[in-house]
Amino acid sequence: MSETELTSALVILFAAIFTNNIVLTNFLGLCSFLSVSREIKSSVGLGAAVAFVTTFTAAINWLIYHHLLVPLDLVYLRFVIFIVIIAGFVQFAEIAIERFAPALYHALGIFLPLITVNCAVLGISLFMVIREYGLLETVAYGLGGGLGFLVGIVLLAALRWRIRRSRVPAALQGAGIAVILSGIMALAFVGFSGMLTIN
Amino acid sequence: MDGVLTSIAVVAGVGVVLAVLLEVAGSLLADYGDVSIDINSGSRKLEVPGGNKLLATLREEKIFIPSACGGRGSCGECRVRVMEGGGPLLPTETPLLTPEQRKNRVRISCQLKVRGDLQIEIPPELFLIKSWTVRLARKTRLNYDTVELRLELPEGETIEFKPGQYIQIKTARYGKVKEEVFRAYSVSSSSRDNRALEIIVRLVPNGIATTWVHDHLEEGARVEISGPYGEFYLRESQHEIFFIAGGSGLAPIKSILHQIQEENIDRKATFFFGALDLRDLFHVETMREFEKNISGFTYVPALSNPSEETQKSWKGEYGLVTEVVARRAAEGIKDGEAYLCGSPGMIDACVKSLTGMGMPEERIYYDKFV
Repeated sequence: MSETELTSALVILFAAIFTNNIVLTNFLGLCSFLSVSREIKSSVGLGAAVAFVTTFTAAINWLIYHHLLVPLDLVYLRFVIFIVIIAGFVQFAEIAIERFAPALYHALGIFLPLITVNCAVLGISLFMVIREYGLLETVAYGLGGGLGFLVGIVLLAALRWRIRRSRVPAALQGAGIAVILSGIMALAFVGFSGMLTIN
Repeated sequence: MDGVLTSIAVVAGVGVVLAVLLEVAGSLLADYGDVSIDINSGSRKLEVPGGNKLLATLREEKIFIPSACGGRGSCGECRVRVMEGGGPLLPTETPLLTPEQRKNRVRISCQLKVRGDLQIEIPPELFLIKSWTVRLARKTRLNYDTVELRLELPEGETIEFKPGQYIQIKTARYGKVKEEVFRAYSVSSSSRDNRALEIIVRLVPNGIATTWVHDHLEEGARVEISGPYGEFYLRESQHEIFFIAGGSGLAPIKSILHQIQEENIDRKATFFFGALDLRDLFHVETMREFEKNISGFTYVPALSNPSEETQKSWKGEYGLVTEVVARRAAEGIKDGEAYLCGSPGMIDACVKSLTGMGMPEERIYYDKFV
């Protein structure tokens, strides 16, 4: 493993969290982002589960893509294959966590199976193809993307906690104000841009 | 051509590999071995395979925990006290339990998975609940969407139940429905008629169990049932009785009326039955018979959405059943006692309206079937 590879992986890790946050710059995974950000505790659970899943599925999908789909000239199948792999991995993770870490299983609850349909997870696998990452960079990107989701959803949950007693216009209560908050957060995250760049 | 074949092979291959992996993982990881369940501090000890929900595990051992929804986690009836084992409360249980129940270690047994040894407590009378394979002796059409089933117990068997209680029936697989489900139905017949049971089933569009009963279940068929369950029965008191029901909610009320007639219970009673239109009414003759045989009993059907045709001939009450109760009985409500059976929406509306008119909540009885 060369030093440049390692540096590039680290840059990608941090860039994926801050400058290229999957939720706040690509607006992926918004459904669970908005619906599970009512409480800080559950948002931490979901964020951690997403980070776990993105790291592993990105790596597995990289291996499948470069060692199966590219040699067979079937790259157009990546959407189908990636989704199937993600669904299978989430199922597997659920069985394993339930058996070996019941406490974590209870903490994650229904969030674990919900990750299957989180488009941020698929998005990360697809971006790693578009950006032509190596395996190490992909793992870093998967972890960074997941952590980015974690940071985003916890921040939003904290903001929503703070405005609980504020007088939000009736029409904007719930999802409405959450969308506006995420918009403002996205603007704030623009402030990070230029710090790091990933290609 | 080759491209098509390889792509099919790759997708199928990935799918098969994943399925095999999951199957292997499932059988290796989800095998919890045999566990022991201790009921009521040693009064019964079970050795059962782990991995299933507590409700289903107990059912296999012929211990029947009441469950109106049949294990879907919506009614919250299948409460069991878990003294040891069982892990933390699940998110699916929390909304169904009061803080007090949580403190008393009450759990919802259709959600709790048996992963290790358990110590549980259940009311001893649940050991009395039995199961039978009964024969459908008669299927009577009551109106366009409601049938009454008469289920005969095996030779020599009898069932003891309180009028108002319910049984559960297990549906069979049919057509595209690949699962067997459990559903609760109140007994509509007299408890003295203890060699058979009658239940009333109203067709719910796309309902798994009601479609099965209406379209696939034929006279002579065998059906698995268990029971009796439930806390819905006539309380001993001198309060005036208000029965309020809609649809197949008439069933337990009819059973209670048989009891009132047979035991000569001398209390003023009124039965408000809510329906949309004339064609939704059934057992009208039976109710008129009760009026003749029980002094102080009145049957008040109310139509909330009558057609023009109906309005020409109908001499009875119009409006929502809650409005009719308020109009006809506002005086007696305060000192009365109410028995409700119907959809959750109707029950909520009735409870709100009755308490609003001054009836204390502890004198309103109902089984909510959700």
